[in-house]
Amino acid sequence: MITTTVGGRIGVRPRAVLVGAVALLGMAALAVLTLGTGEFPIAPGDVLRTLVGQGTAAQAFIVNELRLPRVVTAILVGMALAAGGAVFQSLTRNPLGSPDVLGIANGASTAALAVVIAGGSSAQLSLAAVAGGVAAALLIQLIGGRRGLHGYRFILIGIGMAAVLQGISGWLLTKGVQMENARAMLWLTGSFDGRGWEDALPLLGVLAVAVPLLTLGCGPGLRMLEMGDDIATGLGIPVRRVRGTALLTGALVVACAAAAAGPVNFVALIAPNVTRRLTRAPGPNLLPSMAIGALLTVGADWLAMHSGYPLPVGVVTGALGGVYLVWLLTTERRAGRI
Amino acid sequence: MSTIDTLSDRRAHTEPPAARRVSVRLAGLLIALAVLAAVLVLGIGFGARFLSPGQVWAGLVDSGSPYYRIVHEMRLPRTLLGLIVGLALGLAGAIMQALTRNPLADPGLLGINAGASAAVATAAAFLGIGTFGSYVWFALLGAAIVTALVYAVGGGRAATPARLALAGAALNATLYSYVSAALLANTESIERMRFWTVGSLASADFGTVRRVLPFIAAGVLIALASARALNALSLGDDAARAIGARPGLIRVLVIVAVTLLCGAATAACGPIVFVGLLIPHLVRPFTGPDLRWMLPYTAVLSPVLLVGADVLGRVLGSPGELQVGVVTAVLGGPLFLYLVRVAK
Repeated sequence: MITTTVGGRIGVRPRAVLVGAVALLGMAALAVLTLGTGEFPIAPGDVLRTLVGQGTAAQAFIVNELRLPRVVTAILVGMALAAGGAVFQSLTRNPLGSPDVLGIANGASTAALAVVIAGGSSAQLSLAAVAGGVAAALLIQLIGGRRGLHGYRFILIGIGMAAVLQGISGWLLTKGVQMENARAMLWLTGSFDGRGWEDALPLLGVLAVAVPLLTLGCGPGLRMLEMGDDIATGLGIPVRRVRGTALLTGALVVACAAAAAGPVNFVALIAPNVTRRLTRAPGPNLLPSMAIGALLTVGADWLAMHSGYPLPVGVVTGALGGVYLVWLLTTERRAGRI
Repeated sequence: MSTIDTLSDRRAHTEPPAARRVSVRLAGLLIALAVLAAVLVLGIGFGARFLSPGQVWAGLVDSGSPYYRIVHEMRLPRTLLGLIVGLALGLAGAIMQALTRNPLADPGLLGINAGASAAVATAAAFLGIGTFGSYVWFALLGAAIVTALVYAVGGGRAATPARLALAGAALNATLYSYVSAALLANTESIERMRFWTVGSLASADFGTVRRVLPFIAAGVLIALASARALNALSLGDDAARAIGARPGLIRVLVIVAVTLLCGAATAACGPIVFVGLLIPHLVRPFTGPDLRWMLPYTAVLSPVLLVGADVLGRVLGSPGELQVGVVTAVLGGPLFLYLVRVAK
């Protein structure tokens, strides 16, 4: 994948390219399976024929109109969460410093929940989610203090904030009436059910701006920052500006993903983590992480559909993520890193 | 260095002689008891119609009083439940902080209350169980499993505050998605559970109080009885063994006590965070790290917080109410953030 090396030159790492390509292939295969899944099962071959415009009218309607928006939303949400996670893990220099552990996803969902309970429109919900997520990120920075974002202090602050926000969400849930509560609960868990182009397209727009900004604008700076503020400053990196831009962009991307599908837990934590292990490369590993993130969300959605039970995708990623986090904690402890 | 150590170091230089210190602490405890009594009167007096302390007294003891029914049927059970649940959560937090030598330990933050909730949600959604009498067993089971798990994942004796908090956060998030899934399974259970999952005293009655009381009483007894042993353990395992304590046994006993206290409290009124964090921290400057003083202070002042938060929730949320779990989260969060900020 394309990464920038010392001095800002753009280089290509074969191992990262391989990881990204395999993840994208796996994601595509799962996407085709998901497109064929539902009340009217369609064989993978027919799905592919339909996608290139050769299917019957009925197939075209089911695949292109009903199921494609959902799958595209899943892919974009996975990419956005992974991008945000990669940026935050790089900023905090900690594999556990992801937006969901830091309470940023909770900020987005609590604000959005307030709008759902008040009976607001989808557009208002999205705006509230974005504002809530960014506000949570700024608050962490504000409380955490002056000396950068690293260390466990930020993670602990995030955990505390998440606990408070969870209390507030719970209270909001007691305010609503029954129908809205089911909708709110579903939203709070994270689900791709019933997603349309109106959810996918804004996210695509945000990613189109954020990803170049993060890879080309902040990428080199972020890699230098991982070695410490002093070294980065010595190498001529504008530390404050890089950190500020990365923090805000990362929070924005995660909040937009939450606005589209609700907080799909743990993708932001797992994807960059797994990617780092696979690529063995330093730095945020942004693009391969995004490929792995998309693979994760599409895979989790497929699992949720085949669980024989109406399970929202957030429950699948939540369960997988919790197990992964427990495993990570255990291995990091054995390795003496935390 | 943890906050506890810094505080005790600082005090070592300024503390008065032992005898005077004891009498000051006893006096403090009496004042705390008086505050508790006042808050309990307030808890009973406050409601749709405010009762003065005199009317509360009449309502309590005089069956001919016009306030007898309102006090005995509605406000007394609610206040009593607040009393014992606050006591349970505070003591659980204090002994967990001592056991793990972790100033940030709290049964809510470490996922223990979430474990109890997950077990109760399972009972409500899949087994169709709606009665409290069966909830409590599920809650105890869930609390026991998560207490053991969080201790194991956090590294047991090698646990650091960050490690334990992260282990708790991981379990919390997983259990939370599980609870959502269980509740989404049927809308009816969302309705049944949504007040419960916030942490509320609103549905309290004497039946609930009577059913949790034995569990909490057992937990309180074990907690208070282990104070001296936990003090010894704070010197390290070897030193503790040298003065005749048995570290393994103490750990098991404390985990049993935490399970009983948190499981029963959560079964009665849902998951409540930060009581177990807040009160031990607030009393520690007065009592020092000696648990034989800290636990009694915590036991008296934790119900003050919970019943007080319940009253506050009724004032702020009026004409409805703000659930007590929300009030404690909003009050305790800033303190937690402050502790993280000052900790080195």
